[in-house]
Amino acid sequence: MSFLTIENLNAEVGPAPILRDVSLSVAAGEVRGLVGESGAGKSMIGKAVLGTLPSAIEISSGRIVLEGEDLQAMRPRDRRRVIGAKAALIPQDPLTALNPSRRVGPQITDRLVDILGWTRHDAQTRALELLDEVQIPEPERVMRAYPHELSGGMRQRILIASAFAAEPKLIIADEPTTALDVTVQKQILKLIKQMQARHGTALLFVTHDLGVVSKICQSLTVLYGGKVLEDTRIGDFFARPAHPYSAALLAATPKYTDPAASLTPVPEAVIDGVRAEIEAFDRMHGHV
Amino acid sequence: MADGRSQVKRRAGARLWLSATWLGLLVLGAVFAPLIAPQDPLAQDLFGARLPPFWEAGADAAFPLGSDSLGRDVLSRIIHGARIALGVALIAGTLTCLIGSGLGLIAGYFRGWPDMVISRLVDIWMAFPPVLFAILLIAVLGTGLSSIIIAIVVIDWTRFARVIRAEAMSQGAMDYVASAQVAGRKRFSILLAEILPNVLPTIVVLLTLEMGIAVIVEAILSFVNLSISTDQPTWGSMIAEGRLSIHQAWWVLVFPLVTLFLTVLSFSQLGEGLKDHFDPVLR
Repeated sequence: MSFLTIENLNAEVGPAPILRDVSLSVAAGEVRGLVGESGAGKSMIGKAVLGTLPSAIEISSGRIVLEGEDLQAMRPRDRRRVIGAKAALIPQDPLTALNPSRRVGPQITDRLVDILGWTRHDAQTRALELLDEVQIPEPERVMRAYPHELSGGMRQRILIASAFAAEPKLIIADEPTTALDVTVQKQILKLIKQMQARHGTALLFVTHDLGVVSKICQSLTVLYGGKVLEDTRIGDFFARPAHPYSAALLAATPKYTDPAASLTPVPEAVIDGVRAEIEAFDRMHGHV
Repeated sequence: MADGRSQVKRRAGARLWLSATWLGLLVLGAVFAPLIAPQDPLAQDLFGARLPPFWEAGADAAFPLGSDSLGRDVLSRIIHGARIALGVALIAGTLTCLIGSGLGLIAGYFRGWPDMVISRLVDIWMAFPPVLFAILLIAVLGTGLSSIIIAIVVIDWTRFARVIRAEAMSQGAMDYVASAQVAGRKRFSILLAEILPNVLPTIVVLLTLEMGIAVIVEAILSFVNLSISTDQPTWGSMIAEGRLSIHQAWWVLVFPLVTLFLTVLSFSQLGEGLKDHFDPVLR
């Protein structure tokens, strides 16, 4: 049974379509990758689910269903409550994701107190456990620190702890490793996977890195120009990609086994093919 | 992982201490003016007119900074003038700050129609020449302390609204605001808990600048005789009177001018110093 279902979601900025008939689902406890190049709309899908779309972007049709509850049909207040209780975000940039003028501790415990109505004391205990779980040394000291006193990797760990704090059933990770350097990336990725497995959380993992996808995801959605090109199991994707763009994307991934091989860009012909597909879609929906 | 970032201790700069000391002295002077001032600031003595400051020949020790053309003690008048100057700075500065920052925060964070209304209002407001606007307002409201304060607030709230709106906008785009939104926090509480603390250093700097500006505006209005009644000494009116006798008694003009200059400078340096001291982010 899928925990998050998006059905035929369309979104526009003015007359320009941002998302074109996007459908995808994430089963309970599943890790789904959402890949695409910059501007493909992958972050927008995450934002649409979490209700943090910029005000210029409007959802014109489609449904977002979170554990059987249709978010689009709700009043904004109820929607915020449902999302707050069931979903959380691991943001892209750990440097801007913590409020620089507040101590770390309250920023983790806020949501426990606000959403779940815990007492400050219980929330504090829980936050210390979580910081321990994400392997932060001296959690008591870190709770009292300001974000600028901590390194980027530490901050990302704190954000992961804070995302898991209220035991959400869905976490949307919006390129959580992009802003970190490669060695830290690997640790953080491992940590997210561990936490996800231990808590049984469904995870929608937004990324442009197929290497990351192969390590962490069970299924995959490929996006281009706000349109879903392929929706597949991870094994099938790497064995026999169904869409020519997916195949070209795979071929473009550098191979570390053969450093001498030159990089293959995605061929023009494939991009043209995808563009034609999108244009055909827009004509059908009267966007042109 | 435990790097040295938390070990860095910052020193409060010299400018913070210097400006705070000067303003502290002024505040003491203003509060205890009747006790400290050597003379009655209004007492005239035409036989003791234009006495020079203490280091020049012919000075009277009872008039350390000399006396003006009516024989009134310059030092006592400066000390009593600090009451008006600081009162205006404090009250007008704070009111301007509250109104301007409040509107700026609302416009910058909520966007949409509140932003439209507030921003257009700011645009229109800023097209008025400020000094003429002030004189016009005083002409309508009549002279007096409250009129000056109202004039400053009405003219200068735009300064805060502009800057704070931009700050609130850039803070509103940060991920921690999105996170708070996802966590189901109400928008108003996000504004107070997440945005305001980050805008506060800027507000403090603007507030101290505004206090300096308020002192200047009050002096300008006194200078053109639109401030308060002439039996209340103010720095602006002292400068205006001193200007008339500049060739016979320079001290009547120079001492209040220097006081005004140091005060406005201290306000702006105090703001910068406070910002460096309290901003949690090391830049």
